[in-house]
Amino acid sequence: MYSEKVMDHFMNPRNVGEIKDADGVGQVGNAKCGDIMKMYLKIENNIIVDAKFKTFGCGAAVATSSISTEMVVGKNIEDALKVTNKAVAEALDGLPPQKMHCSNLAEEAIKAAIDDYKVKKGLKEGHNLDQACSRRCDDIQTHLHDDDLEN
Amino acid sequence: MEKNIYFDHAATTPVRSEVLEAMMPFFSDKFGNASSVYGYGRESKKFVEDSRDKVAKALGAQSKEIFFTGSGTEADNWAIKGIAYGNRNKGNHIITSSIEHHAVFHTCNYLEKEGFEVTYLPVDKYGLVDPEQVRQAIKPETILITIMYANNEIGTIQPIGEIGKIAKEKGVIFHTDAVQAVGAIDIDVEQLNVDLLSLSAHKFYGPKGVGALYIRRGTKITPFMHGGAQERGKRASTENVPGIVGLGKAIEIATTNIAVTTQHIKALRDRTIDEVLKNIPYTRLNGHREKRLPGNINFSFEFIEGESLLLMLDMKGIAASSGSACTSGSLDPSHVLLAIGLPHEIAHGSLRITIGAENTQEEIDYLISILPSIVEKLREMSPLYEGVKKIN
Repeated sequence: MYSEKVMDHFMNPRNVGEIKDADGVGQVGNAKCGDIMKMYLKIENNIIVDAKFKTFGCGAAVATSSISTEMVVGKNIEDALKVTNKAVAEALDGLPPQKMHCSNLAEEAIKAAIDDYKVKKGLKEGHNLDQACSRRCDDIQTHLHDDDLEN
Repeated sequence: MEKNIYFDHAATTPVRSEVLEAMMPFFSDKFGNASSVYGYGRESKKFVEDSRDKVAKALGAQSKEIFFTGSGTEADNWAIKGIAYGNRNKGNHIITSSIEHHAVFHTCNYLEKEGFEVTYLPVDKYGLVDPEQVRQAIKPETILITIMYANNEIGTIQPIGEIGKIAKEKGVIFHTDAVQAVGAIDIDVEQLNVDLLSLSAHKFYGPKGVGALYIRRGTKITPFMHGGAQERGKRASTENVPGIVGLGKAIEIATTNIAVTTQHIKALRDRTIDEVLKNIPYTRLNGHREKRLPGNINFSFEFIEGESLLLMLDMKGIAASSGSACTSGSLDPSHVLLAIGLPHEIAHGSLRITIGAENTQEEIDYLISILPSIVEKLREMSPLYEGVKKIN
């Protein structure tokens, strides 16, 4: 059900780990939903010079984490914020429909890490990261019920 | 070295060669419709009835109490809806457990929308239903108790005999979904006081697309499929003769000498459980240590997610299953794992290994040898594991 590229990024994930002196750290999702993505960014002169991740989740969650770290390194933060869930999924040669929400998680993790960087730098007010998963789960539940013709 | 090891026998099993051989003539040479009066039909009919005798013998039932269906799911649907609609004048209350297979669980959900009242009994941490709670749940309006024989995910075997005794005492019809139990446990419907029992051929090395429902003589039940007069007017549709012949042959082989045939499976199961619990920290066995199906193992590995584990095992040539949300197509992990009290995040990290007769000690040793490094690799990747590692 997964593309070869997804399986490659799952079996050989790029940039797994932590950055001890990261400039921005973002964590999205929660264990209840079955996936958590934590992204570490090293940012120099507005450019992302290194990215690492830790993920608890399914194959698609690991693969989207892996490829999104590759996608943001070398970008300035404005461009990194433009990395969409669609772009992440496309870079993996597509994801099964029921796994598309995993690509949202990658997009949210990038945003959360950049957000954290901005707050630390005093470029932005404090933030709340805990909203992401519950909102996402609710969205998907509603969506599933819409499609449920059985009842 | 390419491995190809199948550890998902609770999902389905391969058709045994003797079974396939018995079925083959009925696809071509002996193709007659079992309802036809001429020779072709009579021959098919004879084999259908021979199969019915075999199923009856395997369950300690009479042949006329066995009705062939298109699947285990159909047998469950028929049993529950048929009893509910057939006994509506007596009451509208159904008792079931909170860990039933979806074929029972969703059928009960459906009947709630149809005006029936359903009690979903809780289970303990091992997945066991308390017979006393069944007794206490019975009301004057109770028309059906439906409790599975053995759980498909965690393998827990219910006290069916005790529940049957209570049902008989109280005069309530008792159905059991025995899809996972047939061929693994000796079953006698008379001893157990079971009134209806569902089974499915492909779980015991028979073909897919055929099952059966045992209905105790005298039980009031409405037909499920309306049409011709097949199955004594209770289940219309042209008999699936090859399938029925296959089911008969498969159940005959599977239920002859269960104690001997399951000894090998049980030994492999116990070795796997002992070794994995010893070698991999933060691991728990789901279900009961003894009151479990001979081939069932269900672990939860903390800090990791089940689908990832299945993919890693698949890359190493091992086919297994999980109760994680990612494998169920919904966002919630298995209702069975939640019902035994597992928190969501631990339920997401479950692995089900179901061993069959053809599995070998070598295959088990291979699994035991690769599992620790796979779990460790995923844990290294997991943000939930960070804190744990720092503590140690």
